[in-house]
Amino acid sequence: MSTPLERRLALQQDRRVRYERMVEIRTLENKVQDLFDEGLVHGTTHLCLGQEAVAVGVAAAARTTDQVTCTYRGHGVALALGLTPVQLLGEILGREAGSIGGIGGSMHLCDPEIGLMPTFAIVGAGIPVAAGAALTAQVRGTDDAAIAVFGDGSTNIGAFHEALNLAAIWKLPVVFVCENNQYGEYSRIDLTTPVDDIACRAESYDIPSAIVDGQDPDAVAEAVSGALDQARGGAGPTLLELKTYRYAGHSRADTAPYRPEGEFERWYEKDPIVNFGRRLVDEGVLGDNGVEEVEAAVDARIDAAVELVLASAPAPVAAMFANVLAP
Amino acid sequence: MPRMRMNQAISAAIADEMRSDPDVIVLGEDVAVAEGPFKTSEGLLEEFGPLRVRDTPISEMGFLGAAVGAAATGLRPVVEIMFVEFLGVALDQLSTEGAKFHYLSGGLVKVPLTVRASVGAGLGFGTQHSQTLESWVVGTPGLKLAVASGPANAYGLMRAAIRDENPVVVLEPRRLYARREEVTVGEEGIIALGRARPVVAGDDATVVALGSTVGAATEAATAASWSADVIDLQSLQPWDREMVYESVARTGRLVTVEENPLSGGWGADIVAAVAADLFGELKAPPLRITSPDVPVPFGKELEERYMPSSAYVGEQVTELLDTGRVPPPWWQREEITT
Ligand SMILES: Cc1ncc(C[n+]2csc(CCOP(=O)(O)OP(=O)(O)O)c2C)c(N)n1
Ligand SMILES: [Mg+2]
Repeated sequence: MSTPLERRLALQQDRRVRYERMVEIRTLENKVQDLFDEGLVHGTTHLCLGQEAVAVGVAAAARTTDQVTCTYRGHGVALALGLTPVQLLGEILGREAGSIGGIGGSMHLCDPEIGLMPTFAIVGAGIPVAAGAALTAQVRGTDDAAIAVFGDGSTNIGAFHEALNLAAIWKLPVVFVCENNQYGEYSRIDLTTPVDDIACRAESYDIPSAIVDGQDPDAVAEAVSGALDQARGGAGPTLLELKTYRYAGHSRADTAPYRPEGEFERWYEKDPIVNFGRRLVDEGVLGDNGVEEVEAAVDARIDAAVELVLASAPAPVAAMFANVLAP
Repeated sequence: MPRMRMNQAISAAIADEMRSDPDVIVLGEDVAVAEGPFKTSEGLLEEFGPLRVRDTPISEMGFLGAAVGAAATGLRPVVEIMFVEFLGVALDQLSTEGAKFHYLSGGLVKVPLTVRASVGAGLGFGTQHSQTLESWVVGTPGLKLAVASGPANAYGLMRAAIRDENPVVVLEPRRLYARREEVTVGEEGIIALGRARPVVAGDDATVVALGSTVGAATEAATAASWSADVIDLQSLQPWDREMVYESVARTGRLVTVEENPLSGGWGADIVAAVAADLFGELKAPPLRITSPDVPVPFGKELEERYMPSSAYVGEQVTELLDTGRVPPPWWQREEITT
């Protein structure tokens, strides 16, 4: 089994691995849904099905010493950054094998080794925290950077605006990555937000911005890389709006009845996995049977991970008392 | 008397107030079209229309602040904060603005605002979505605070809160939303703020519970070899001293049952008041049964241990009665922490 760091480096070096990681994210999210349906999981979960290219593109562009904040919809970002399926499923199932030993659950993942800061269940909360991680890099004079990944709905909360303003005046090395998946909970974006493109919000903070195809991992990686280069070079923050789509409902309980007919099908034509797979076959990066081979390998990996996690002990009661305060 | 789930009782209470007062409006995330993430505004958009029932962006400071402004100028807003933790990003508007307007206007401005929030552990929502956080509200003069423990008092307290001339926070234990019981609706169903509710009568102790712990306290008292008054406090700000004092003066023993960390929990206020005012009547030291001083954990067994169970309440009260001393909490008994 590869370590999180090895998984991350492989993804950065090899586009085949990026494809495989997207398949891994999707397979794992579907597995999480199955485990929920079987009643094996306590609580709730927010799947990122359809948004795999965002996660993989960001992870491909960021260095392992860069810090990433993301949300409760963070399974994909975490896996892309390198978290292993066992660490993720272990956390979701409350097992000792989880990334924080099973006391966090689906919404609370963390692995400092790969720059995954504790994930946030409060909307918008990770955005200023990423600015703070960038402040550390600036004060210490390293050329690390930070990335905040957050949803479209989060751009209506004060934390978003305060963080952009602060990062702009201090020229902090941070990239704001908005995954515009068209919905915040059960509300379509246009019902809560007066602008069509979130990217335009950068203008009032004098921050450069771009709209990016969030269903294309190459496009995401390129845009994030470019923004990170700017940030490291002292040019300050960038706001990237990645247009994407949430295939599942908001959370476990939501069947998305509010979605207009045909919308999912239209987005599925842009499916990041199908299209990237095709591209890699055309380029010869994947062989003719490459897609099937990757799927088979990933299926086997996820099945093995589920088995390992189900064999791992539930977090012991004493675990809730650990790490409340640092020694 | 209709049988209702707690979320239906809340919807019904808001609807009844909206029918009788056109100034009542409802704001919150997904409260209108989707009728609330916990279905606590069922039928409201349909009956009262989009002018009075509004979905908001994810902007708690914005819409809670707007509700303060609307309340100060004549409306009676009912604001939903989906999980009480989200109050964190809006607390200024409630505690430092809304709660102070009456005082800082020389009594000329009133803020008849109701802020509803779901609270508590038990559903596996994890550390940032499982606290009760009465403590964020209770120490702020100018605010009232009520906590529902089931459909009937959710209905009655909600109506009283909406009618009150002050900002009132109503906390709703999330794991009770699906609980059903008979609810007295209409004027008779309204429960005055500041009044507790006797649940079980007994002689050996006074067990004061709130919200989610009323069930555990009641079960414990019903199953035990001892007998106790179980009091559902219902309101924390103000709280019903009269009922609690009358009971403790008779039983000589006070127990609070709290789903919150030991430090800073609401029971500390009750215990301090009783210890000071009824010192001579006490036959045993007051006992606080609480959660440990830790963030709410996720794992099912951990989360269940976090919340005081009826069995645990039973054991602790039994030991208090047997020994006349405050028993150590489970985490000390099991030598997990000191
Ligand atoms: C401050 C705060 N308000 C409300 C919520 C409840 N909530 C959780 S996710 C969500 C929608 C967020 O939408 P968006 O930012 O677009 O992210 P997405 O879920 O689409 O990834 C809401 C309202 C929250 N967690 N925190
Ligand atoms: Mg969204």
